[in-house]
Amino acid sequence: MKISGYTRLDGSIGFRNHIAILTSVGCANDLALKLGRMYPNVLVLTHRQGCSQLGADNDQTFRTLAGLGKNPNIAGVLVVGLGCETIPAERLANEISKTKKMVEYLEFLDDEGLMAAIPKGARILEGMLREASQMTRVPCGMEQLTLGLKCGLSDTTSGITSNPATGVAADMVIESGGRVILSETPELIGAERIVGKRATNRKVEEKLYRMVKEFKERAEASDMDLQEANVAPGNIDGGITTIEEKSLGSIMKGGSKTLQGVIDYGEIPKGKGLFFMDGPGRTPEALTGLNAAGAQIIIFPTGGGSPGGSLISPVIKVTGNPQTAHRLKDHIDVDVSSLIRGEELLEKAGERIFHRLLKVADGELTKSETLGYGSIAVWNIGLLCG
Amino acid sequence: MDIQKAIVLNEKDNVATLLADVDTNSMVQVTVGGSMREFRMRGEIRFGHKFATKKIDKGESVIKYGEPIGRATQDIEEGQHVHVHNVESLRARGDLL
Repeated sequence: MKISGYTRLDGSIGFRNHIAILTSVGCANDLALKLGRMYPNVLVLTHRQGCSQLGADNDQTFRTLAGLGKNPNIAGVLVVGLGCETIPAERLANEISKTKKMVEYLEFLDDEGLMAAIPKGARILEGMLREASQMTRVPCGMEQLTLGLKCGLSDTTSGITSNPATGVAADMVIESGGRVILSETPELIGAERIVGKRATNRKVEEKLYRMVKEFKERAEASDMDLQEANVAPGNIDGGITTIEEKSLGSIMKGGSKTLQGVIDYGEIPKGKGLFFMDGPGRTPEALTGLNAAGAQIIIFPTGGGSPGGSLISPVIKVTGNPQTAHRLKDHIDVDVSSLIRGEELLEKAGERIFHRLLKVADGELTKSETLGYGSIAVWNIGLLCG
Repeated sequence: MDIQKAIVLNEKDNVATLLADVDTNSMVQVTVGGSMREFRMRGEIRFGHKFATKKIDKGESVIKYGEPIGRATQDIEEGQHVHVHNVESLRARGDLL
């Protein structure tokens, strides 16, 4: 099975060929936005983190921002910061440059301020855009693909149609040599042992349970009640009987393969096969984490037709809800509502998703790409300390 | 009465999920492992809810997605509604770690 992409110097493959401006801190967003207005084809990766964070929270922000810059879909990055933040632009640029891709940085407080930074940034972006325009697609194998999975705006149809059909496609990616990242820790509650049983060894299994436990402890420390993730009256009314059934519906999108490893939010996994990434279910943070972990393409099953997208990677929206497929067809890439009508086998619907994935890898735009829908949000796990 | 449809997600499953509301005694078609089977409904069951595709004895696991989703608290006949009235969670809570 051959697809095509852009070869990067670290041996990875991008299925898109973006130039990006990445801020090391939220205070530099304005510079990125001004440059983005000059170059509409450049991705503007802004967020609100990068300063007054400590310890694990700061480490996570750094790892995530570096991962975004390293994502193979990006050919070149201009990192912009002020120079006074806890995540300096220079340090971030140095980490991203380990991939040997084009990386430059600007810290405009240490220089001559914003007005001087604009032409400097413009010149850097011009150079990168020209370089990127000379890159061409080459054939590659599925082992170059990291597929991210995320579901959103789930409804009664999700667990029986779009999630299991996505699971079939995820299994096909792994069978053809690729890597799949499942995430959303809160949606593992109640099904952790079912996923854990598929772990490649005891260490991976224990790590998965520890991750769920820590997620719940953080929630409890903030006086949040994660038991709300249990079966609610509305779920029971819709036909969901137990917590196992509810969580299984969600994890069904991860398919049936062996769990090879458990990774932190935004951590780039080593090896092929299925991985679980720690992280929240909220769409912008979940998609950002998957992109930081190296996902070049994301499949997103949805019941209600969430428009959520990613700037860095194509997001393939799948729905099994016939009304959503009809009413929100501008958001939906693959309609599997045939399953609800009993007109198609799950395996066939999964194969259709997989074939769309191959086309998207080859350059076909997804709905979220044509709509230009997406934003960056880094998962913040600590108090702001400054 | 029209024949209604349901979906079985895994060959190991002993329940099917209904794709429409059904009345007592109506017939429901399900594809299991490539072959079509028909079931007579023992009661009114709504869209999204489950019925047993084989007899499930009290204490036996209820299987959906190829995984146990709970345990039968009473004998469940083929075609009978499978839900909170005759199934209990094996986990009882989501946090038995």
